[in-house]
Formats: sequence, structure tokens, C-alpha cells
Amino acid sequence: MSTNESQLAGSPSRQGPPDIESGLIAGLRRGEESAFETLLQRHHTSLVRLARVWVRDASAAEEVAQETWLAVVQGIHAFEGRSPLQSWIFGILANKAKRRGTRESRSRPFSAYDSDADRDDLRGMSPDRFVPPGEEWAGHWTYPLADEESCPERHVLAEEAGGFILRQIDELPGRYRSVMLLRDVHGLTADETCAILGISAANQRVILHRARTRLRITLEPYLREGANCVEQLG
Amino acid sequence: MSSNLDNGEAVALGDLTCREFVDLVTDYLEDALDKQTRARFEDHLVDCPDCPVYLRQMEAIVGAAGLLREEDLSPEVRDVLLSRFRTWRNGG
Repeated sequence: MSTNESQLAGSPSRQGPPDIESGLIAGLRRGEESAFETLLQRHHTSLVRLARVWVRDASAAEEVAQETWLAVVQGIHAFEGRSPLQSWIFGILANKAKRRGTRESRSRPFSAYDSDADRDDLRGMSPDRFVPPGEEWAGHWTYPLADEESCPERHVLAEEAGGFILRQIDELPGRYRSVMLLRDVHGLTADETCAILGISAANQRVILHRARTRLRITLEPYLREGANCVEQLG
Repeated sequence: MSSNLDNGEAVALGDLTCREFVDLVTDYLEDALDKQTRARFEDHLVDCPDCPVYLRQMEAIVGAAGLLREEDLSPEVRDVLLSRFRTWRNGG
């Protein structure tokens, strides 16, 4: 599989085909409730989840999402379609949530988003998974990962462990969570993600790598044992 | 494949360790490796019995994340937002 194929297959975009999207934009411009409701059904829960990266609690996140919808309704006439609609909406949300988070942070010592710059709590694979330096086969796996047949298909994994995966993403420190939600859950491109979060391409890759590695570590029992261990994963 | 570990061929694996491979996986999937590193990565992929599994697991996890379903919007929140929408579209 080439890299490009695997990227496309690995990050299905949540936005519909362009003609459906332009239909929604036109509908919203005409003030059609059905177009607005479709967008709500598609994105509202995701917006609230993403807002939690920056704001204190669920009700603040809900308010930020609602403010975002007002801005979408007001701004849709000026929307030029330079980025996909989904990316534009997430960008509005991120700006509003960041501003609110900054206001909130005046009344608490750290913003959740910024403080994890100081916490290196997303370590990669444990070094003891690899043969230590100086020995024969240094740097290679200490024991086999699994046999090839046991590697789950993505849809099986999503179906059997989807709830667990989403909870694990929610537990990630803010910047890891924001990148993983935008890139892997919602299928935004690296460029869109960098623009929304105001980070460099290299930084985005580092954050994404750590988040994915962490997710794989937490899923390891499942990858070895299969579906019957999902309940125990909790 | 495991016979790689006890013959001369296995030396080729030494060019990139599994530990280094793991660190490069995201850059590989993002197509961000320079040509030379990409070649070393792909050589390792051919020679190593385990790292192809690691790469496939990563692809499966990333793919699964893209298939996750958010909770449905609650009818209460939907109704509140739709009623606001009626005000907003009238310039309220």
C-alpha cells in the first residue's frame, strides 16, 4: 500500500461530497432550517468535544459551540470556500474556545492547553519493549508483536473498541487531543489542522505521533487478545 | 521470516532498529520522510517480521478513529439551536 493510499483510507473526511456541501452552504444562505439541522447533526457534538480542549467545563463548551453556530449563520454569506466547510466551522470554534479559555485562565493557574507543554506525560513505547543497547539485536523487539492474522480491520476495531478509543482520546492532554480529533477523528488535513491550531507542520507531526503511539499502547491488550478483552479495558 | 534472525541476512535489519522504526511511523504515514530515510524504513519493513504488524496496527487504529461515531445530538439541544436559528436568520 502506498503512503498516499493509506492516508486517504486512514483519514476519511467527515465532510460529504462537494456538491452536497455546496448544497448545504446554499441552503444555509437561504435560511433553510433543514440545512442548518443537517450541519448540527453532523458537527455539534464534535464541536462541544473539541471545545473542551480549551474551556473549563461541559456547559462552557456547549456555550462556545452555540456561539460558533451563530457566527456560522452570520458568516456564511462571506464564506468563500477556500477551506472545506467543516474546517471553517472548526476554526471558528477553536478561536472562540481559545479566547474563552484565556479568560477563564485568569481565574485559575494554568490553561489545560498550555500547561501540557510542561508535562512530558506522553512517553512513547516503553524502552523495555526493545533489546537494550550493547546486546545482540539491540533496538529490536524483545518479543513478537502478534501474528499478522490477528491485526484487526479498522471497522472491526471501531465497532468493538470505539467507545474505549473515544474515552482514551478524551484523556489525552489538550494539544494531543485537539490534533488527534482534527486529524484522525474528523479527517482534516495537516495544513487545515496547523492553521486552526496555530502550530507548525513539524510540531503537528510530533504531537500526532505521540498521541497515536499512546493510543496504540492503551489498545495493546485488545490488539493481542481481541474483542473479548474490550470490557476489561474499561 | 523468523529465520532472518539466525542468518547473515538479518544484518540488513541493523540499518534501522525496530525502536527507530516505531519513532518514524507517523512521519512515514504523513509522507514526511526524506528519500533516504524512507528507503531505510521500507527496507526494514521488508526484512523485519514484527514491524509490518506494528505499521498495520497503527493504520488500523488511525482508520478506526476516523470511523468513530460521536453521540447523537440530543433532541433538547437540537430544539434550542433550531429555535435560535429562526431568530438569527431574521437578523435577531
